[in-house]
Amino acid sequence: MAFDEMTEGGGGVRAPYEKIAQWLETVPREQLQQRRLEAELFFRRGGITFAVYGDAQGEERIIPYDIVPRVLARAEWEHLARGLEQRVRTLNLYLADVYGAQNAMRAGIVPPDLVWQNPAYRPEMAGIEVPHGVYVHIGGIDVVRVDADDFYVLEDNARTPSGVSYMLEGREISIRLMPELFGQHRVAPIENYANELLSSLRSVAPRNSAADPTVALLTPGQYNSAYYEHSFLADKMGVELVEGRDLLVKDEVVYMRTTEGPKRVDVIYRRVDDEFIDPLTFRPDSGLGVPGLFAAYAAGNVTLANAIGTGAADDKVIYSYIPELIRFYLGEEPILKNVPTWRCREPEALQYVLDHLAELVVKETHGSGGYGMLVGPHASSSEIETFRALLKANPEGYIAQPTLSLSTCPTFVESGIAPRHVDLRPFVLSGSDGVRIVPGGLTRVAMRDGSLVVNSSQGGGLKDTWVIE
Amino acid sequence: MLSRTADSLYWLSRYIERADYLARSIEAAQRLSSLPAAYAGEANEWESAVETAGSGEIFHEKHETATAETVAHFLICSPDNPSSIVKCFESARTNARAVRTALTSEMWDAINGAWLELQGLNPSKLTPRDWPKFLAWVKETSLRVDGSAYRTMLRNDAYWFSRLGVSVERADNTARLLDVKYHILLPENATVGGAIDYSQWAAILRAVSALTSYHWVYRESLKPWLIADLLILNTQMPRSLAACYHSIVANLDEIAGAYNRAGPAQRTARAIHRQLGATKIEQVFQSGLHEFITTFIADNNRVGSAISSQYLV
Repeated sequence: MAFDEMTEGGGGVRAPYEKIAQWLETVPREQLQQRRLEAELFFRRGGITFAVYGDAQGEERIIPYDIVPRVLARAEWEHLARGLEQRVRTLNLYLADVYGAQNAMRAGIVPPDLVWQNPAYRPEMAGIEVPHGVYVHIGGIDVVRVDADDFYVLEDNARTPSGVSYMLEGREISIRLMPELFGQHRVAPIENYANELLSSLRSVAPRNSAADPTVALLTPGQYNSAYYEHSFLADKMGVELVEGRDLLVKDEVVYMRTTEGPKRVDVIYRRVDDEFIDPLTFRPDSGLGVPGLFAAYAAGNVTLANAIGTGAADDKVIYSYIPELIRFYLGEEPILKNVPTWRCREPEALQYVLDHLAELVVKETHGSGGYGMLVGPHASSSEIETFRALLKANPEGYIAQPTLSLSTCPTFVESGIAPRHVDLRPFVLSGSDGVRIVPGGLTRVAMRDGSLVVNSSQGGGLKDTWVIE
Repeated sequence: MLSRTADSLYWLSRYIERADYLARSIEAAQRLSSLPAAYAGEANEWESAVETAGSGEIFHEKHETATAETVAHFLICSPDNPSSIVKCFESARTNARAVRTALTSEMWDAINGAWLELQGLNPSKLTPRDWPKFLAWVKETSLRVDGSAYRTMLRNDAYWFSRLGVSVERADNTARLLDVKYHILLPENATVGGAIDYSQWAAILRAVSALTSYHWVYRESLKPWLIADLLILNTQMPRSLAACYHSIVANLDEIAGAYNRAGPAQRTARAIHRQLGATKIEQVFQSGLHEFITTFIADNNRVGSAISSQYLV
């Protein structure tokens, strides 16, 4: 039985949910339905959409928004935030180590071949000093809850985590649609996120840049699935939203083409993947990038956020070493738990996984978005056999974990209010002046009964996340 | 601002203005073609509607003759027509989406809202009976976009580039209308007068929503040279070439002032504006109405290219 964040699975109500529970009892279903339609309209009219690749139907879709907020008590959040900060500091130290001194490999914490063979490892970055030593300026750490006390980190996203615009817009909607509920709680504000992001980005400008550094947000363009978010963040920060063709590099300095001629850019919050960012250094067929950008970066004339090659820290095998790395770099005990992980590259682990496929979740080491995974307890025997063959053929490519009993939250679905599984992605900002986290994050919810897949590309919805005093 | 942003603002305004003009021109053609054959004149009104839209060539690749059905469908929504009303809205919305951060929420809402409504309207299924309502909706949309720009945008380069788009497109539309219809306004026709000519002349004015304005300005029955005066030289008439150039010069001057630098776009536009101000309608007819219009269209295109190379690339 999953831990329900409102009822704990029993008849009672946990303290943070007291007023929500009362509200849910009194508010008529038609009104909930009405408010949900209004929320959908708000998303649609605002063009707050995302695209699902390979879906010929709709170029733009909206994410189902569940109007019942997910609530965390302040103390729960403080604990979580401390753990997140510890985690992201470690990711930054690990990346500096991978591309620098390699202490953790020499000390035998992480097997060196795992580092070099990782497709996200960028040899071009070796020996390059990134401005202020920060690699993961924006980290999205996916956490799940299994009981009243324990949070597990499910995944670290150190490349270009998305979803923060939904966190912010979701809050705007709940303020607008449920003023009465809002009035009864003291909800910690998150509206300063863009401001914090801008401060963080400006703090990591190259040392040789102007006193008032220019920040730009680099997007692959309006056909990218997260384009709405790119434009939203650029707008809230008041920085230019640029595409590759808007930038040019001259004498290892980056400029943007403006109506008044070229203007220097110091910090680029890039939402273009490593492979596509500079056709001279990475994929030569990329039309999204900027020729010469990497040379300017290597010369220390521009900051890229996140740094190139951060994927070396967030695949699912490296994940399993993070608790050890926290102890190694910080000399602290991990605050947040890791899900026990079998690395199928290790023969005993592989054997165990093959013997227990029906109980385990098997994931591709480098997969994301909820694709290419096996959820043993929900899989048919033929799906299990398919994965058995895959695992035997390429054990390096997979890890396995026990199926966690993700917590549930009350959610408004066809049949009324029912518990649905949720996760949480808080966004952690790292600058030269420390770590910033706005209280909350993006709660994703599996809208189907019993489903554990919360990814929006697979029908997951989202909830506003409240941290209350 | 980014050159690409300026480019998108400029073009999204052009597309909305073009959609508005197409709607007016279909309305005028529909009205004229509903008259008895004698009044409607020898010329095929639908032929000239497709000509003034600048799409004659592409149209005739697919269609033998210009009829109400084929032309209206072509101008409203044909996938073969790269500047149909539907395509204009799509392009405007694509441009708006590319520069969302430069738009006010009201402007975005006007453009995105129209685009969403358009998905629901299914324009390819429209029958002649539905046209008036659809065309009214198109004009309303352009008013809403224009009005939200006017009321909500900061008065900075973003606003000036979007106004430039409106005026350059508008000048081009008025000039192309005159280019196709000039022969109706020539003096040899003027002596005839009567109901037939009246309908022809009124159709020109209707295509640019100027019939009522005409009466207020001249307090006269329709005279072809006054119609030409209204559409070319009269600065009170917002769609006249002179008024468009007044606005083009003003907006280019604002940009030059803000950037502290003027260039070929300002010089070319000012020269055209000066010339329009110094010309009398009699001179236009003496030296040839058609020649005048042809030259203007070329000049206006030169200004468009100058704006583009100076700011938008």
